[in-house]
Amino acid sequence: MTERKNLVVNPVKTCQPLGAVLACLGIHGCMPHSHGSQGCASYLRMQLSRHFREFIPTTTSSFSEAQVVFGGSGNLKQAIRNIIHIYKPQAIGVSTTCSAETIGDDAEGIIAEMRGSGELPEDVVIFTASTPSYKGSHVTGFASMVKSAVDSIAVKGAANDKINIIPGMISPGDIREIKRLLALMGIKAIIMPDISGVLDAPMTGKLKLYQDGGTPLEEIADMANSSITFALGQEASLPAALGLEEKHGVSAEMLPLPIGIENTDRFIMELSRISGKPVPAQLEEERGRLVDMMLDAHAHWYGKKAAIYGDPDIVEGITAMAVGLGIEPLYVLTGTKSNRWEETVKTIAPNAHVINGGDLLTLKDLMKEQPVDIMLGNSHGKFLAKEMDMPLIRVGFPILDRANLQHFPVVGYSGAAWLAERIGNTLLDWKDAHVPDHMLELIM
Amino acid sequence: MFNELEERQDFIVIKGRHKKAMKCDSHSVSGSVSQRACVYSGARVVLNPIADAVHLVHGPIGCAAYTWDIRGSLSSGSELYRRSFCTDLKERDIVFGGNERLAAAIDKLVQLYAPKLIFVYATCVVGVIGDDLEAVCKAASSKYGIDVIPVQSSGFMGNKAAGYRAACDALLKLIEPVNTDNIGKSRSINYLGDFNLAAETWIISNYFRSIGIEINAVLTGDSEYAKLKKTTDACLNIVQCAGSMNYLAHKLNDLYGMPYIDVSFLGIQDTSESLRKVAAFFNDDDIILKTEEMIKSQTAKANQAIERYKHHLCGKKAAIYVGGGFKAISLLKQFREIGIDVVMIGTQNGQPHEYDTLQELADEGVIIVDDANTSELEQFILEKGADILVGGVKERFLAYKLGVAFIDHNHNRKHPLSGYEGAVNFAKEVYSTVCSPVWKYALDQGGDSAR
Repeated sequence: MTERKNLVVNPVKTCQPLGAVLACLGIHGCMPHSHGSQGCASYLRMQLSRHFREFIPTTTSSFSEAQVVFGGSGNLKQAIRNIIHIYKPQAIGVSTTCSAETIGDDAEGIIAEMRGSGELPEDVVIFTASTPSYKGSHVTGFASMVKSAVDSIAVKGAANDKINIIPGMISPGDIREIKRLLALMGIKAIIMPDISGVLDAPMTGKLKLYQDGGTPLEEIADMANSSITFALGQEASLPAALGLEEKHGVSAEMLPLPIGIENTDRFIMELSRISGKPVPAQLEEERGRLVDMMLDAHAHWYGKKAAIYGDPDIVEGITAMAVGLGIEPLYVLTGTKSNRWEETVKTIAPNAHVINGGDLLTLKDLMKEQPVDIMLGNSHGKFLAKEMDMPLIRVGFPILDRANLQHFPVVGYSGAAWLAERIGNTLLDWKDAHVPDHMLELIM
Repeated sequence: MFNELEERQDFIVIKGRHKKAMKCDSHSVSGSVSQRACVYSGARVVLNPIADAVHLVHGPIGCAAYTWDIRGSLSSGSELYRRSFCTDLKERDIVFGGNERLAAAIDKLVQLYAPKLIFVYATCVVGVIGDDLEAVCKAASSKYGIDVIPVQSSGFMGNKAAGYRAACDALLKLIEPVNTDNIGKSRSINYLGDFNLAAETWIISNYFRSIGIEINAVLTGDSEYAKLKKTTDACLNIVQCAGSMNYLAHKLNDLYGMPYIDVSFLGIQDTSESLRKVAAFFNDDDIILKTEEMIKSQTAKANQAIERYKHHLCGKKAAIYVGGGFKAISLLKQFREIGIDVVMIGTQNGQPHEYDTLQELADEGVIIVDDANTSELEQFILEKGADILVGGVKERFLAYKLGVAFIDHNHNRKHPLSGYEGAVNFAKEVYSTVCSPVWKYALDQGGDSAR
């Protein structure tokens, strides 16, 4: 395998603004605004539409050559005025693009200037995140926007009886599952951002620019008054939790995404510990059913080798789940470079080849040397899976070639059950499709 | 419903109420949810189907990630064009310039893939920091003896249409003939503006083959370096996607005296007319006879197949919102062929003459709009009671949420829509969404907005 320093081939990441827009969509009544060329907003909308199969609003500053010479301040101000006038948001989340950052636009300063001049209505919250595409990835863009929203909106007041959960870049189905677990435990929580009810909104015959879901601004304000913040996943969630700790003294605790039985146990036990509430019998039962399913199917996946790739927090969770099933993660790869992630994954799967900040060509080169039995990751891996003739379980972002997956959780015991079913039965489907006729078995 | 901006009024007309020169081809309003793409995107979609080329994005990762395999173009040979290559610029490159990184990336690509042709696309930030693409590409060209062609597609330099021009300029560099003796000498034609989405180029090539006309090069569907290098051998250019390829056809005429004619293979009527036009150019009795025979048999076959769907569709209403004016004009005719009334027509980048044509062709009361934003689309679809919207991926879920059917006439189309087969597919596709039982449940859910 040759070293490649200056060339990415088939990336496992995209740019910061995408994550920033996604974070804004999880805030109720919030319009994501992309400060840059119109094409940027168009790409973000297109990619998120393809993944979620939902209508994605995002406004643009619509740069032309003039802004590149004279600066984009005028365009941003005009954009903010137009957004407030036409789209009547409760909040606007401004993310910057590489051209805006390179010409030196200070989005935060421009907004402050508008506020200072008294032209912004009191009831519209505006926050900004610096998210040039030449730094980090969509995951860090997401983290920065969540942090910016929480930093700008949370206000210290009387203590509430809630906990904060920053869930990271997970699907609407995942957030619904986390809410269900919290309800079963009888714990009140503020989940921020919350894309459930936004990116899995029901068909009503109306196009709502602002869906009923999303974390309400009052709840974000109240995050300063909760007892603790759980950041689920270091890369996407920890920065906002640390911000709350610094500014408002709300203690931050990092947990891995509750993917797989052990991470879910840890999440549930922590909830139980901080609330002083016992784990309800219903959850014990759920866990029992999951273990029973794993018993019934363990022979189907035991000892299989896997390649797991995608965004760091989810990949970490899936790797832990795979290890728990007795699958050997041979390659674990993320496109978002993080040394902390590398260390953690090496602890979870000591024999794995961990690639920190790689692309799919790296994975292909490795798989050519030593193949695996199954791949777990986003849709971009399908060409590699076909070339190497192996099944692919679609999980993570983006999923562009399958429908409805956003509605099914991978977190919690039920998410683990769904994943276990997928992995086990996909391997059997694969076997059926590939064995000669006389080897096809009825009872497996 | 949202309030409208006064500055948008000039971009909208209602047929019959006022005939006016529409405003178009200008920048989107700041703060709008524009559906428009950028210069780079326009350039990439035109060049991407060149299958054995390396398409290297010089810029940050996003520009490469979003356009990875962006167009469902098919190749009969190399799959190199489907890989995503990017210099993945970092902060230090923004400060110190990305020329060295670009040169190193090209070195690596040559080592890995030994391509004959590399396109290097400029993105917004590269335009801002002022990397000298021309120089880097020129140096690499002479170092390796291959074509390394810069595409000047910084995103803020205009809209998608400016990207089409940037792509055509890159193509002009590529197809400049080394030997001018062969210009126009072959009795074959070039087919401009077909990108082989869902195998469309192959359908049209078959028609020409069966009437005795050979296709020299296709720009750019299922094309490759060697074929494109011989572009100027052809005696005629036929131009389909006028939005992206008109400019190139003009240039080829100016530079090499190559004649061109506009064609459209969308819909039965346009397909037949276009085949006749091309046959007439050759003024050969055998070709004309074969063309008429083929038109007769293909039309009969297609009409018979469409009839099955047509009676389910008569009286339904369609809204059109597509990228270019050419496509909008074709769709208007195609909907008429299957008995559907068009009630709204919009484009992202239509040109003034295309809007004139649309105003002439449209029925009374039809709304025509340039660069429609989301709230305008919603308003017009509901006001006009459209049953189906045709557009690109960003509009699909807008339609679904309103309880309105949708077909993708953009890069994501899965069935060929060109030629007689395409006309049948179009009817079938419209039928399978408009007549799906899912709308029954959607109506129960409140999807009455449009009915």
